[in-house]
Amino acid sequence: MSSPRAQCEISFNINGEVKTVQAYPMARLLDVLRLQLGLTGAKEGCGEGECGSCSVLMDGTLVNSCLVPVLQAQGTKIVTIEGLAQGSQLHELQQAFLDCGGAQCGICTPGIIMAARYLLNRTRQPMPEDIKEGLSGNLCRCTGYAQICEAVAEAAARESAVRGDAK
Amino acid sequence: MRSDPADYELVAPGSLTAVVSLLADRPGEWLPIAGGTDVMVRYAAGTLPARKLVSLWNLPELRRIDVLDDAISIGAGCTYSDLREHEIVAREFPLLASAARWTGGIANQNRGTLGGNIVNASPAADSLPALLVYEAELILVSTRGERRLQYVEFHTGYKTTLLAADELIRSICLARRFAGYSSYSRKVGARNAQAISKVCIAALGRIAGGVVEDLRIAAGSVAPVPMRLGETESVVKGNAIDAALVSRARRAAVGEIRPIDDIRSTAAYRSAVLGNLVAEFLLGLGADGHSE
Repeated sequence: MSSPRAQCEISFNINGEVKTVQAYPMARLLDVLRLQLGLTGAKEGCGEGECGSCSVLMDGTLVNSCLVPVLQAQGTKIVTIEGLAQGSQLHELQQAFLDCGGAQCGICTPGIIMAARYLLNRTRQPMPEDIKEGLSGNLCRCTGYAQICEAVAEAAARESAVRGDAK
Repeated sequence: MRSDPADYELVAPGSLTAVVSLLADRPGEWLPIAGGTDVMVRYAAGTLPARKLVSLWNLPELRRIDVLDDAISIGAGCTYSDLREHEIVAREFPLLASAARWTGGIANQNRGTLGGNIVNASPAADSLPALLVYEAELILVSTRGERRLQYVEFHTGYKTTLLAADELIRSICLARRFAGYSSYSRKVGARNAQAISKVCIAALGRIAGGVVEDLRIAAGSVAPVPMRLGETESVVKGNAIDAALVSRARRAAVGEIRPIDDIRSTAAYRSAVLGNLVAEFLLGLGADGHSE
């Protein structure tokens, strides 16, 4: 085997806090989040970008953190599922998933909620087709998706009501 | 067996000039990685032979779309999301915009790049038939300078290309001359998002004076490389679309492709579906022609 390469210092903003870690540049962002920063919300499902369980926002963009070498996250702003709730106050999406039964075993839920957050950041009043497309990279093996889509629609409606959007 | 990150080097020189210098120093030693939607999958599976990688992600020189009077130049580092969201791409190159919408899910569209899709050279890549029908030109760059190559010449066989070991694709150039064409594309797969195509097709056509004045058809997953269906085009061109022509075109298409059986589908299914897609395109094109 080749000799071990050097680790490097990576700094980024995670959920509003600047963090610096020592990591190999090809370490997966997912592993750095889970193993070095203790943020275990993002899950490893397939490890090949098919299932969306490891979804996080990187500079406001939805990414599969299992496919991001951590060096490419240098200097970025990362938001994980842990960054959504305000203290003990659940985020609208989290509350809507509880209210609508959108979570079952829970493995896919953090990734789905991040994909939904990305969708609602860009499309404030999504149509059902927008929700399906926005979640098309996230697999759930329990619920059959109906309650998940309902939960996203419900969260969109609540956020819209809070903002006072015109119907 | 999963890869150990301690065995790999990754550098991010931050500019195109610095990246091509690095490639030129030791050609073939450094593997470029952009959004990682292919390279990281092989890395995770332990099947990535390269141990030294150089990041192209977000290089400003590669992540731009320049609109000129007669062409658009798409930086090789533009993502599928960049393509979907670009007004001129959506309006004048709808086959490319729809392929971008069908590639992966949203997170992969945010990271996967057009240049990466070309260099990865999969026969099933959704964006490549669109590049064939728009007759895309590639601009390749190295410390030796730039060269231009027709995309149709670039893929020489299954996963092989004309890219030299010290070269990168800098941009993809599309001539802005397809505004008057009807376009047609379909992806046939287990589902649109994520699933890799069993067959995909991109086609353009224009009817004048009751006959097909021009048409271009290309398909993916039907041969070792994404292919233009030149024989089918010759059968159709200059003729009025009727049932007999559609049937001849279907036979020509099935005759010129070289599909295989693999985990996603069978050669027989791929031939039948491609024939149906060619027929659907021509019947739609004929209907468009009548309504003019």
